Amino acid sequence: MVKFEVHDLNVWFEKAQALKNVNIEVRQNEILSIIGPSNSGKTTFIRMLNRLNELNPHFRMSGIVELDRLNIRNTDVEALRKRVGMVFALPLPLPLSIYENIAYGIRMHGLKNKAKIGQIVERSLKQSYLWDEVKDRLDESAFKLSGGQQQRLCISRTLAVAPEVILFDEPCSGLDPISTAKVEEAMLELKKEYTIVLVTNNVKQAARVGDRTAFFLSGELIEIDTTDRIFTVPKDQRTDGYIRGRFG
Amino acid sequence: MRKLKEFIIEKLILVCGLAAIFFVVLIFLFLLKEGLALFKSVNPFAFIFGKSWYPISEPAQLGIMPLILGSLLVTLGAAIISIPIGVACAVYISEVAPSKTKEILKSGIELLAAIPSVVLGFIGMVTLVPWVKSVFHLPTGLTALSGSIMLAFMAMPTIVSVAEDALYSVPKNYKEGAFALGATHWQTIYRVMLPAASSGIVAAVMLGIGRVIGETMAVMMITGNSAIIPHSILQPVRTLTATIAAEMGEAVVGSEHYFALFAIGIVLFVISFIINVTADLFLHKRQ
Repeated sequence: MVKFEVHDLNVWFEKAQALKNVNIEVRQNEILSIIGPSNSGKTTFIRMLNRLNELNPHFRMSGIVELDRLNIRNTDVEALRKRVGMVFALPLPLPLSIYENIAYGIRMHGLKNKAKIGQIVERSLKQSYLWDEVKDRLDESAFKLSGGQQQRLCISRTLAVAPEVILFDEPCSGLDPISTAKVEEAMLELKKEYTIVLVTNNVKQAARVGDRTAFFLSGELIEIDTTDRIFTVPKDQRTDGYIRGRFG
Repeated sequence: MRKLKEFIIEKLILVCGLAAIFFVVLIFLFLLKEGLALFKSVNPFAFIFGKSWYPISEPAQLGIMPLILGSLLVTLGAAIISIPIGVACAVYISEVAPSKTKEILKSGIELLAAIPSVVLGFIGMVTLVPWVKSVFHLPTGLTALSGSIMLAFMAMPTIVSVAEDALYSVPKNYKEGAFALGATHWQTIYRVMLPAASSGIVAAVMLGIGRVIGETMAVMMITGNSAIIPHSILQPVRTLTATIAAEMGEAVVGSEHYFALFAIGIVLFVISFIINVTADLFLHKRQ
């Protein structure tokens, strides 16, 4: 089943074109990895899916992005962002306790029952494999956690508001290999329930976790296929060059 | 030759730096010397907590409680008015306003800070005072309330510009993170931006209040200057600062009255010092 469908998407920031005529679909319960050098438009692309680009006053676009066959421009933006969660490159815990970092998002969407909030906090921490490490110190400041733990806290925070899709924007770029492995493990587990779009600078990471992989270059979608095929028999020379590390 | 030049310039700068400290210490010592002389003849406890200020009656009664309460009442009123408006204005400028409006508002607020206090006091005297008088049906409009409103205008520029700075320096990522969770603009401001900027905002408020408590001219012109313990914000009051300004000219040098005015100076100094240190603590916490 198709979750996102993107038709003829063009994006500009002031005069610079960030995405050129992109057509792509994201399927339910897959991990779609997006790779490409910096400035290839991959971050711009996933920020289209939760309409985060609109925070930039210079943003302009043409084309259509559909979620479950509905144009996302016609939906309520807060409701869309609840359905399409996002995890950023830098872990961004708020200056609050571990517990509050997760609970505030839940409360924001209107839930007031304390016992229920507690349950959701616990469940989302378990889903990101953080529960065992923090269950005895939920009242401590989130800044006391290590970088990898902070990133998993941010994943929990996203999961707590019960999204359908999770966008990961280079989630491991600041993490050590062990923390990276833990985040990847969480992602593989999460795809059973969620649809995942992963932007990564790490080609090997795309190979490890992606069901399908898309290669972006200078704002264009060069190639999209199953991860196996992209990494063994890419159709385009530029894809081949990038994954072999010849440029980018 | 070049070495000699270096040496002279270095020492010159050192002397300038020391001079600043030297003068502050000198002022402080003078204040202490003149102020503490009072307590040879007057009990400090009776001075602070005494209920009547009649410095030229015979015998003189030197209790500054009415003046302390006057200052606190006017300051409190000004804080209640200026904090919500000032913080809201800072939020509007940093989070909501389109960039052109932002520029206009910011320069407008700087302009407000540039108006001399005597001019504000004069405007207050001819516009605000009659207004307060007629709205509350009072015998006189020279009240603590008029002073509070006037001073709120003077505290506002400080509060707005420091608080706006604090909000501006909240990492942009916090905001995006909140938006990405589906927060509305207001939820983002209320639950993320304000808490993240809270220490800077507290510092802004303290600096604004510091300005209010030290203000003299405008309050002297519009608070009525009667040194009685106020029972409502609609009564005339006299502040610590206004007392010094009004009476210093007529106090006989070396008299009890003269020393008492310096002792009021010490009280004011202590209050401002506490406020500034608190503001500083919060500013450093932020960094």
